[in-house]
Amino acid sequence: MEAYLDNAATTRVFPEVREMMKKVMDEDFGNPSSKHSKGIAAEQYIKEAKEIIAGTLKCQPKELVFTSGGTESNNLAFLGTALANQRAGKHIITTRVEHASVHETLAFLEEMGYEVTYLPVDKKGQVSVETVKNAIREDTLMVSVMYVNNEVGSVMPIEKIGQMLHQEYPKVLFHVDAIQAYGKYKIIPKKSHIDLMSVSGHKIHGPKGVGFLYIRDGVKIRPILFGGGQQKGMRSGTENVPGIIGMAVAAKQMYQSHNEKREKLYRLKNMLIEGLQQMEGVTVHAVEDIPLEETAPHIVSAGFTSVKSEVMLHALAQEGIFVSSGSACSSNHPELSGTLQAIGVRQDLLDSTLRFSFSVETTEQEIAYALEVIQKVLPVLRRFTKQ
Amino acid sequence: MYQAFLLKYAEIGIKGKNRYKFENALCEQIRYRLEKIEGDFEVIREQGRIFVEAKGEFDFDDAIEAMSRVFGVSSISPVEMIEDKEWGNLTKAVGDFVERQYGGQKFTFKVKSRRSDKHYPYTSPEICVEMGSYLLERFPELSVDVHNPEVLIWVEVREKAYVYSKVYQGACGMPLGTNGKAMLLLSGGIDSPVAGYMIAKRGVFIDAVYFHAPPYTSERAKQKVVDLAKLVSRYAGKIRLHVVNFTDIQMYIYEQCPHEELTIIMRRYMMRIAETLAKENDCLGLITGESIGQVASQTMQSLAATNDVCELPVYRPLIGFDKQEIVDISEKIGTYETSIQPYEDCCTIFVAKHPVTKPNIKVIRRSEEKLTEKIDQMVQEALDTVEVIEIAE
Repeated sequence: MEAYLDNAATTRVFPEVREMMKKVMDEDFGNPSSKHSKGIAAEQYIKEAKEIIAGTLKCQPKELVFTSGGTESNNLAFLGTALANQRAGKHIITTRVEHASVHETLAFLEEMGYEVTYLPVDKKGQVSVETVKNAIREDTLMVSVMYVNNEVGSVMPIEKIGQMLHQEYPKVLFHVDAIQAYGKYKIIPKKSHIDLMSVSGHKIHGPKGVGFLYIRDGVKIRPILFGGGQQKGMRSGTENVPGIIGMAVAAKQMYQSHNEKREKLYRLKNMLIEGLQQMEGVTVHAVEDIPLEETAPHIVSAGFTSVKSEVMLHALAQEGIFVSSGSACSSNHPELSGTLQAIGVRQDLLDSTLRFSFSVETTEQEIAYALEVIQKVLPVLRRFTKQ
Repeated sequence: MYQAFLLKYAEIGIKGKNRYKFENALCEQIRYRLEKIEGDFEVIREQGRIFVEAKGEFDFDDAIEAMSRVFGVSSISPVEMIEDKEWGNLTKAVGDFVERQYGGQKFTFKVKSRRSDKHYPYTSPEICVEMGSYLLERFPELSVDVHNPEVLIWVEVREKAYVYSKVYQGACGMPLGTNGKAMLLLSGGIDSPVAGYMIAKRGVFIDAVYFHAPPYTSERAKQKVVDLAKLVSRYAGKIRLHVVNFTDIQMYIYEQCPHEELTIIMRRYMMRIAETLAKENDCLGLITGESIGQVASQTMQSLAATNDVCELPVYRPLIGFDKQEIVDISEKIGTYETSIQPYEDCCTIFVAKHPVTKPNIKVIRRSEEKLTEKIDQMVQEALDTVEVIEIAE
């Protein structure tokens, strides 16, 4: 039996997505910029994709820019607004638990003279609205907070932060990295007062190499890629037509019977957590003192006392169970997970933490199987622990 | 345009009556390498050298690169063929060749020639002299230096005529298949691929064995070894990689034996298993990448202790090399970049903090007695479950 429990890393493409992409690649392979009918046919897919995705966000189609994925969306969000607002302030606020594509882009901006404030999170993995508010200065250009943390599955108070900014600091831009949240949460940028929002296709059963950035109408931003002027000059480069329509088909499906899908994910999450908590020496991170429904439905992070995460990961993989380690092997990569440290995970568990993540395709049988195998391998692995 | 290559070999020339066997093996290896690249090639053995003629389109750089990896070849020269070797045409063709290759440059040269067509109106010395003066006349900027020429222009008159002047370094050594087969203990490190290359260079085919310890070593560590074997096979030809699951044996040793002796005892079992596999696969020896004193398990005492369990000769071509010398070769053969990827054993629990550096064989043997109960069965199990991966360039 196999259990793919690494859906926060990537997901399998939905069959409908695959069929649609195949059709586009086989038949409607034109360049959307071409003036002939093949080009126009391709352009129609882009339009359709925009409409579908705009429908899920209740935004205007023109507020979407397609990119090569989450990393590019985050890069465009920061670099593009920095470029367009050079006379505005040079202070950016974010949290300590963001993805590398946020942290590294901001590190680059720091080199360019920007100042970045990295806010702490509590042990539930959340940043408080107060903390954000207190960090705002005269020269703050932007606040960037992820919707769902990719490592521990904590959910940030996006709506409240948006509300606060809207009421008290309407000039400060609000960027949300929604890469782990889109498809799992109904996000309406207008309602949450989000100005910019990054999304990736392959986390929602779409293809890899495609994503989008929501840019609220009116936000000043400049492109970071130059060329043929596609997408109204905001993102040059021939559009990835099969990828874009594939992502839209996936998004549409994710938002069909959405509540039912979410409830299913929470059932799986609950089942896994209860199973893990019955085992000795297992700590599930960021779930204490918080109702399950206030954590992301698809991510469970757990520490296994006296077991190296990478060894455990391989032991599970041998049994067909695929998960991620919270951090890479410390003998090779001394850097440990920033998120785990930030939420105050015990030192000895930093290198002993695994992430399990589900999708709508995950079954209870898979969870049961995973629990059974973990129960089996834990004592074996613990017998061979360096004293 | 070059349509042919002239390959020379060194050591084979002195092999007496066995020479044809070496030459045949060499031709076979050249054909094997050229099969992998675009183009049709004919490999012809001719009087102490080998001609490779290209039929139709081919990639020049790929062809040179492929042939430079054939052991036994000492040099490769791209040659131009001149169909009409009538003297007037030959001189013009050679002049055109010089024009194309060196047009406008100023240098000293010398013409050398060979003539196997004994009916040709000029002898070899005459060809040299006459061709030299023709070239001097046509290219006044050139001058002759018969002792230290900057460019040596070869003119060969056979059924057709050939001209060449460039020489590419070959891999040297002996053709694969002229010296049996040996079993290489391949790890993911820098040394063992180099050791395999060095022994293959002497005409030895290699098989390889890798000891995998999942989940303590990752799937990527195994993939890294497969990648390394592939890189070595660019020189050493096809390699059968035997992947042995070593986890149970390793854990059993860990439970039963003193931890500071772990590495030595583990290595002794690796050697035993490698030797059994070697014998099963017609290998005449084992190859390791050991070098005296490099790590605790490679002191003279440790080497003696691991050697103690083998009957077959253990070849250690790097034994007297410094690390940097080994690194230099690994860079040359292109294994270095892969070797340093960080997919080492992800768990260090099987490495003692203070391993013995001067193991006493008697003490080690006594420690191994603690394994008597299960070890034979475990070794058999490991041998029975070997995964064989056929590696080719």
